[in-house]
Amino acid sequence: MKTTFRLPVTLIVCGLVAVGCKPKGPGDMAMGDAASRVYVAPGQYDEFYNIVSGGFNGQIGVYGIPSGRLLKILPVFSVSPENGWGYSEETKPMLNTTHGFVPWDDLHHIALSTTNGEHDGRWAFANANNTPRVARVNLRTFKTEEILEIPNSGGNHSSPFITENTEYVIAGTRFSIPMDNKDVPISSYKDNFKGSISFIKVDPQSGEMSIAFQLRTPGFNFDLSRGGKGPSRDWFFFSCYNTELAYTLLEINASKNDKDFIMAVNWRKAEELASQGQGRLENVEYVHNVYDERTHTATSTVKKGVRVLDITEFPELVYFIPCPKSPHGCDVDPTGEYIVGSGKLAATMPVFSFTKFQNAIASKDFEGDFSGVPVLRYEAVLHGEVQKPGLGPLHTEFDGRGNAYTSMFVSSEIVKWNLETLEVLDRVPTYYSIGHLSIPGGPTAKPHGKYVIAYNKITKDRYLPTGPELAQSAQLYDISGDKMQLLLDFPTAGEPHYAEALPASLIRDNVEKFYRIEDNEHPYAAKGEGQARVERNGKDVHVYMTAIRSHLTPDNIEGVRVGDQVYFHVTNLEQDWDVPHGFAIKGATNAEILIMPGETQTLKWVPDKTGVYPFYCTDFCSALHQEMSGYIRVSPANSNTPLKFSTGVIEGEAAAAQ
Amino acid sequence: MQKLTTLTRLAVAVSALLLISAYFVPLWQILMWAPQYPEGLEMKIWIDNITGDVKIISALNHYIGMKHIDVSMFPEFGYMIYIVAFMIGVGLLASILNRRAGLIVYVILLIAGGIAALVDFYLWGYDYGHNLDPNAAIVVPGMAYQPPVIGTKQLLNFTAFSGPDTGGWIFLASGLIAVGALVYEIILSRRKA
Repeated sequence: MKTTFRLPVTLIVCGLVAVGCKPKGPGDMAMGDAASRVYVAPGQYDEFYNIVSGGFNGQIGVYGIPSGRLLKILPVFSVSPENGWGYSEETKPMLNTTHGFVPWDDLHHIALSTTNGEHDGRWAFANANNTPRVARVNLRTFKTEEILEIPNSGGNHSSPFITENTEYVIAGTRFSIPMDNKDVPISSYKDNFKGSISFIKVDPQSGEMSIAFQLRTPGFNFDLSRGGKGPSRDWFFFSCYNTELAYTLLEINASKNDKDFIMAVNWRKAEELASQGQGRLENVEYVHNVYDERTHTATSTVKKGVRVLDITEFPELVYFIPCPKSPHGCDVDPTGEYIVGSGKLAATMPVFSFTKFQNAIASKDFEGDFSGVPVLRYEAVLHGEVQKPGLGPLHTEFDGRGNAYTSMFVSSEIVKWNLETLEVLDRVPTYYSIGHLSIPGGPTAKPHGKYVIAYNKITKDRYLPTGPELAQSAQLYDISGDKMQLLLDFPTAGEPHYAEALPASLIRDNVEKFYRIEDNEHPYAAKGEGQARVERNGKDVHVYMTAIRSHLTPDNIEGVRVGDQVYFHVTNLEQDWDVPHGFAIKGATNAEILIMPGETQTLKWVPDKTGVYPFYCTDFCSALHQEMSGYIRVSPANSNTPLKFSTGVIEGEAAAAQ
Repeated sequence: MQKLTTLTRLAVAVSALLLISAYFVPLWQILMWAPQYPEGLEMKIWIDNITGDVKIISALNHYIGMKHIDVSMFPEFGYMIYIVAFMIGVGLLASILNRRAGLIVYVILLIAGGIAALVDFYLWGYDYGHNLDPNAAIVVPGMAYQPPVIGTKQLLNFTAFSGPDTGGWIFLASGLIAVGALVYEIILSRRKA
């Protein structure tokens, strides 16, 4: 009896041991009081704004930290039928390029404007990776105000990083291409393909962008970049890969060299050369789109010509720092002394010293040159290497207390290490395969520390499953102590790449609540119901419409014919916070529009059939929102139905019968 | 004719001069809160104007048929500046002429003015709250929306408060000083007698 009893007991014990030996599941990782530390009570505000790139949705997501709540999706490079961005007549020009109207892009990186290297809460810059452009968002209105196309670029990835006082925004090409849209064999890469870095001047008052000059470089791929700060403020650092100049099967052919480069550019010198008229003017075309807050309308202008400085022609302008294995991130610490290169295929992570960099230049401590540009000796510039940091280092942010935090894509973790000693201090897993990471103020001279946010590339089992296509996952960690602590896991929209976070106090009190109707200079605005009217000009019918709770004026329109182009210019007469109105009409082949208080937006509508078409307010504005509607009568193309319009006029039945 | 003490003359002059503030600060305020307006809406009544969230309040009130609030609704704004100027003049005159009769006239004028203002405000409020557009979108049978003269009142989803603003308080102080001065004079003369 005893022996038969013993066997199951042994099996159970073994089973328990085996379960105990399994690695701890990710579900158990959050620490005790994590919930209370991310809890923002109803009616309370988050401490930080997190301005997050949307990746392939082409938009910016605005999140609150520490709650991880999504506050807004702000359209930038992609059309947004939900509010009419890219569909309204006013916003269509924003998405114009030399290729025509481009309704989508891939928005990878955010740069928040800085003054003296610290966040100033004025603008957010964002890059379009696919059809190269840079956008500027006004953080007073959270609206995209400007989009500048980048000529001579094959994909704007190394962008939109900025200099210490937002003097310049950078646009470095990801892919080298033949300049001036030349038609050449791809195999002529080494001879014909060049890299291009644009320096975009930012007007210190208005923020308006203009291409000041471009650097012409060998045909590398430019990945990321950072401006120097403090002692290194006059320099800009770019990670380069494909120094092999490969043009096919890059995963092998661009991974051959033991070291690629970090390209260091003395932008002050470049600025000086450009202002002296050095280099050459190249004849290129690019498009500049500006949204005017007063006319509520964008204009698209074609610009011509750009000044080009070939880096091989100007000594002391550019130096190459060897950096192991296809560096991805290239991040400058808050003091401006250390430059961290993240060779995504390398076993160690080099940290370069700006002091040593200057000494190496002074003593000409070069190991050779590339196309005439000096290559500094690796050891001469090296502060040291972080040993065994993890696998696949990508990006580094800083906490302002001498620590750096690097994302590890392959080993799916954040690694904390000390900038001076280069000693690894802590590591936490991310779920899963982290790309970028963000610390509030992390890339600036004055980080706020407190949290690090991981933006991951793989979501899998983190949330309730929603079919094969999933949201992305982000994690929030507390970094105020010695050990990083996972606090929160939250889904994100699009596919976030880089993001920046800043204290809410820098933005919150400056945010506009509505547009002043007195300031509305839209040419088709009706700034009162008395100005509401309908005008015909050939086949164009302009409806000057007003919206106020709870009616549209005019709400009865007749005399429109099939084939007319009807422009509904809707002015929202409200002057109170959060009373938008919307406008939609049956059969519209574009979208709806949302009109903020004091704003005018235009929806174009081309009726293709006769009949009476209802239109209505789409934004639930008031108790009588359902009544906020109207009719437009469409008569045959050759009819003589007189043009008339009204609101609140009830005609006699006899008149109606006619 | 009874004369006044120097202290009284000074007090009456101060009381009259305090009224000058009526031209520079709001006299009355109406505050409103609703679930959608946790930050509140305010309306400030000045000697010749009405300011604050008047447009927003009018936009909300049109649903229940209340009139659009506009400066032209209030003929008072046309003559209040003269009435107050007259009061200041009487007060200063009472101080200068140094006669108790003058002080009595000034005190009566102040009290009468205060009462008249409140009655006038009540009458306007009654009309504004009762005289509703019969075609209003929302008609609540038996409901009137007269704002309180002083104090707090619930009007549908709004809690409305009405009370003196800075100028109103100064007015009150001015009146109390004048009344106090008169009482002081009366007590003084009785003691002498």
